[in-house]
Amino acid sequence: MNIETMETHSFDVLVLGSGGAGLRAAVEAASEGGVSVAVIGKSLLGKAHTVMAEGGAAASIGNLDAPDSWQTHFYDTMKSGHYINNYRTVEVFAKEAPSRVLELEQWGAVFDRTPEGLIMQRAFGGHSFRRLAHIGDRTGMELLRTLQYKAISMDIKVFQEVTVTRLLMDGSRIAGAMGYYRSDGHFVLFKAKAIVLATGGWGKLYKVTSNSWESTGDGAAMAYRIGADLKDMEMVQFHPTGMVWPPGVAGLLVTEGVRGEGGLLYNSEKERFMVRYDPERQELSTRDVVARSIFKEVQAGRGTPHGGAWLDISHKKADFIKQKLPGMYEQFLTLGDIDITKQPFEVAPTCHYQMGGVQAQAETCATTIPGLFAAGEVACGLHGANRLGGNSLADILVFGRRAGIAARDYAGALKSDVTIDESVVEAEVARVLEPFNRPDGENPYAIHEELQAVMSAHAAIVRSEDDLKVGLGKVLALQERGRRMGTSGSRVYNPGWHAVFDVENMLMLSELIIRGALERKESRGGHWRSDFPDELPEMGKWNFVHQYSADGDRVQRVPVPEMPPVLAEICARPVAPGRESAAGTSQVPPRKG
Amino acid sequence: MAEEFVLSIFRGDAEGGEEVEYHVPRIEGMVVLDAVHHVQAHDAQDLAVRWNCKAAHCGSCSAEINGMPKLMCKTRLDEYQGETVHIQPMRTFPIIKDLVTDVSWNYEVAKKIPAFNPGVAAPFHMQQWDVDRIQEFHHCIECFLCQDVCHVLRDHHEQDEYYGPRFMVKMAEFEMHPMDRADRIPQIKNEGGIGLCNVTKCCTTVCPQHIHITDNAIIPLKERVADRYYDPIRNFFRKLGGKDENAKQETPT
Amino acid sequence: MAQASQPGLNRPKTQAGKMPYWVEPVFTIIAFSGFVIYALWEVLFHNMGTYHNYVSPFFSPDIAGWFGLHILTALYVAWMPLIFRFSCYYYRKEYYRAFSFHPFGCAVTEPKSHQTRHYNGEWKINNLHRYTWFLAVFVLIFLWKDVVQGFIFSNGFGVGIGSLILLINAILLTGYTFSCHAWRNMIGGRKDCFSCTTTHGPKQKPASYGIWQRVSALNVFHGWWAWASMFSVWIADLYVRLLMMGVIHDVRLF
Ligand SMILES: Cc1cc2nc3c(=O)[nH]c(=O)nc-3n(C[C@H](O)[C@H](O)[C@H](O)COP(=O)(O)OP(=O)(O)OC[C@H]3O[C@@H](n4cnc5c(N)ncnc54)[C@H](O)[C@@H]3O)c2cc1C
Ligand code: SF4
Ligand code: SF4
Ligand code: FES
Ligand code: FES
Repeated sequence: MNIETMETHSFDVLVLGSGGAGLRAAVEAASEGGVSVAVIGKSLLGKAHTVMAEGGAAASIGNLDAPDSWQTHFYDTMKSGHYINNYRTVEVFAKEAPSRVLELEQWGAVFDRTPEGLIMQRAFGGHSFRRLAHIGDRTGMELLRTLQYKAISMDIKVFQEVTVTRLLMDGSRIAGAMGYYRSDGHFVLFKAKAIVLATGGWGKLYKVTSNSWESTGDGAAMAYRIGADLKDMEMVQFHPTGMVWPPGVAGLLVTEGVRGEGGLLYNSEKERFMVRYDPERQELSTRDVVARSIFKEVQAGRGTPHGGAWLDISHKKADFIKQKLPGMYEQFLTLGDIDITKQPFEVAPTCHYQMGGVQAQAETCATTIPGLFAAGEVACGLHGANRLGGNSLADILVFGRRAGIAARDYAGALKSDVTIDESVVEAEVARVLEPFNRPDGENPYAIHEELQAVMSAHAAIVRSEDDLKVGLGKVLALQERGRRMGTSGSRVYNPGWHAVFDVENMLMLSELIIRGALERKESRGGHWRSDFPDELPEMGKWNFVHQYSADGDRVQRVPVPEMPPVLAEICARPVAPGRESAAGTSQVPPRKG
Repeated sequence: MAEEFVLSIFRGDAEGGEEVEYHVPRIEGMVVLDAVHHVQAHDAQDLAVRWNCKAAHCGSCSAEINGMPKLMCKTRLDEYQGETVHIQPMRTFPIIKDLVTDVSWNYEVAKKIPAFNPGVAAPFHMQQWDVDRIQEFHHCIECFLCQDVCHVLRDHHEQDEYYGPRFMVKMAEFEMHPMDRADRIPQIKNEGGIGLCNVTKCCTTVCPQHIHITDNAIIPLKERVADRYYDPIRNFFRKLGGKDENAKQETPT
Repeated sequence: MAQASQPGLNRPKTQAGKMPYWVEPVFTIIAFSGFVIYALWEVLFHNMGTYHNYVSPFFSPDIAGWFGLHILTALYVAWMPLIFRFSCYYYRKEYYRAFSFHPFGCAVTEPKSHQTRHYNGEWKINNLHRYTWFLAVFVLIFLWKDVVQGFIFSNGFGVGIGSLILLINAILLTGYTFSCHAWRNMIGGRKDCFSCTTTHGPKQKPASYGIWQRVSALNVFHGWWAWASMFSVWIADLYVRLLMMGVIHDVRLF
């Protein structure tokens, strides 16, 4: 393939990912004009993983609970992240989330309303106040659709169904990206002064997952390959409530909103076991705690017929359920033949979110590579060891915008144009076409299935040194086989071919997760080691950072940044700011009406 | 109960093609998309199919199952117990390959819709019962099944004259927003081509989100068009009152 | 726009539910044709529609009588419900599907002849549906008067099968008329915001909202009202006709 004949585009700011973070970044980058902006997604516009988000976006607007403040949101987020979050990221986040949510309303999102006619907020696990702005149980869709229509009304070039396979460098700074159109397989080269990485997570590593097919970690893997630091890779969130039965839908998310609206968890002995594990917050405890509790109940032989727990909301009025959780009602009715207004249903933990990712600065989302900015699920810093529900949708808004601004400013300040090394482009073309030379090579779907089995068995909710080591061996063996993946057919919309690169990226990230998990010899948040069951203060001082090197992954300990006294004081309080008077009562204030 | 399902999936591209039969072992609660994935993993790696969420949230997996436009991830296979399940791409859009069609026309139409244009700054004061109506339209997952089934597009290929039901829903969503100040009625009538819809309601029948496309979006918009253009008496009084033809009727506070 | 793809060797028969797609339009064809033939027979061959205190809905109000005319009396009335129903959104669905095959059923390919003729969409005249609604209300008032009259026999108040038929007919016609889409628009649908204009403070729902809600609730079943009221008119007229012809006798219940 000749680079001259290749379809080539130049932009000041190139956004990889058309999920919430990507679109928000593109909107911001294009908002002042004078900067050419493009956004790329590997699916159609408006289909990104963000559409699946259900529960809501957390922001301390305080429409229902006036004492809520950014300090409380800060307190909750640090606490749930077990204090390995980047405090500065959390501070920026907690302060800016309310304006980001209001901005969406200005652009056409229609949130549910309070009796006063303001944005309605719902209770969620680990939040001290009712804080999640929501639209029934399809908040992510509303957010994405709003941003999508905002973006197309602006001067932003959108590339749909283009998979980026490689980031390109000009010396030590970013220079562009390369990819191909899924529809016909032809290559496309993007030159860009600045790139915003917003490619989402990698939940497809696990067999039981709530994530969409896109979540294969392409962005993180590509950034890692060109030398960006990845952090906290061992921190994988398992959402406590995924569907279990029928097997066709196993893993499909049951929104935390069910518990937020009053749903209760029972074991096979009809016991509300959460009362035992977290007497204070019960069902609305943080996700790591609830997921682990369900896991332990099943281990103890108190699981449901298909190995989960019962979730029951049928004590609420049918109309209330249908209005507040219409998607859930429909999902269970059509896919599971269960009427949730009448009967309890089985749930079990499902892989949901990646707290780790590309290390990004708080103010600018800058990564360790000049010109490369990261926002959204692919980035790391905000959530620490466990993400609070609703914090991700707010995350993608706050840091999508910040990455957009930083990329715009960076590109604007760059005097010279970027140059791209042709040989790299040619090598990449050869690499991407390679699988066609192996029509009888390894089947990528089969490798993916095996990888999922390995990760689910050795690096899921509960981990141990021995298990992780076995897992690592298996992953490395799979990587070896992965080099021989092949495909047949043509380049026209060929999912077998596309899968090769997805699987490659997942194989790489799996290794990092296991290596990180081996390093963290303690239990913290989403990371639970059966051989080190306690949270160790010493370990809490460190983040683990992964660096790419020719002879394999290099894991380093870097100290968790220390909070300034004002913030440290907030975190040290025995109760969340604003809840002093309510101390002693349950975490979540009683619901009105 | 049968231990396997028989699928007959269209394989081919713009040049043509034919249905190919595949056998898939039966798993309880299986949806059509699961079966297609099984075929992909075991029999035909390059079988092209679009999907994202497998949870009826993203609207990617639209196809025609036994002739009816449906979401593959929401259609249970046990509905077709004992039948061969024919799976074909949406017919209204040009085929790319197998079950994947080129739906880019829809995105071109989307660009023509004037953006939401509120007259005031957020936070808005709106009552839940005032926004219930437009929230129905926000359920749309842009699966384009309604576009696929609409005979104006499907049989008459009036893509240049009619935006299609999906975008009438989008127009209604903005037009009926309590805070919106833009006037879309002329566009709905002219470029939008609402007159081409003959309210035969197939869009409503296939909508996986159960949006009452015709009753709640298209017909009310048709009535608003009639208010403006086909109501001589209203027009007479409007002229008498000296009201601006293009101004919105109510001014929310 | 390129010609759409047409894959589909052995395209299977479309089936929306358990019934084949053609059942509904075929039923519509039979029912509508039957009604129209009956109506023509009634209108063209009869000048009277009254049996004692019962008045057939075809002949009410007695417009012809107001002008002293005695032939084709039903015609002066019939045109009003006719154009009301003809321009009704629900009937449009039914006749565009069943009679002009636009389309015959969902996802059913339209006949070959449609490919050569340009499709122009709906008839513009249907936009005047809102005016026909007022005509329908005008007629409805008289039908309610007839209902009252139907309970007043020569020997005072009473209930006959006929009285009940007229009552049910009036109820169904009222449901049909007040579930009309044009009416739904007039009564509130054209507003974007109810709370914005209320004088009772933003939290109170204004009366207009309540009415719109109720009309909307009726409107969901507009198709049902349309069919039910068509058959009730048919039955009511047939009942009176048969009484007049002496074929049957009215049963007094009370
Ligand atoms: C079922 C479910 C429910 C959730 N509910 C909530 C909730 O209630 N509240 C909350 O806060 N969070 C929730 N989350 C989490 C939240 O939705 C996600 O973390 C968030 O949407 C991530 O957004 P993003 O923009 O970072 O990435 P994504 O939305 O994942 O977007 C990634 C984008 O990158 C593109 N991309 C990826 N790889 C490539 C490539 N190689 N080339 C080109 N493009 C590429 C994709 O096409 C896509 O457009 C939920 C998640 C799930 C799965
Ligand atoms: S009702 Fe109108 S928009 Fe819907 S399918 Fe029929 S013609 Fe198309
Ligand atoms: S209106 Fe319904 S059928 Fe049409 S695109 Fe939206 S969800 Fe799909
Ligand atoms: S895969 Fe998302 S709607 Fe079917
Ligand atoms: S819409 Fe049917 S009567 Fe008006």
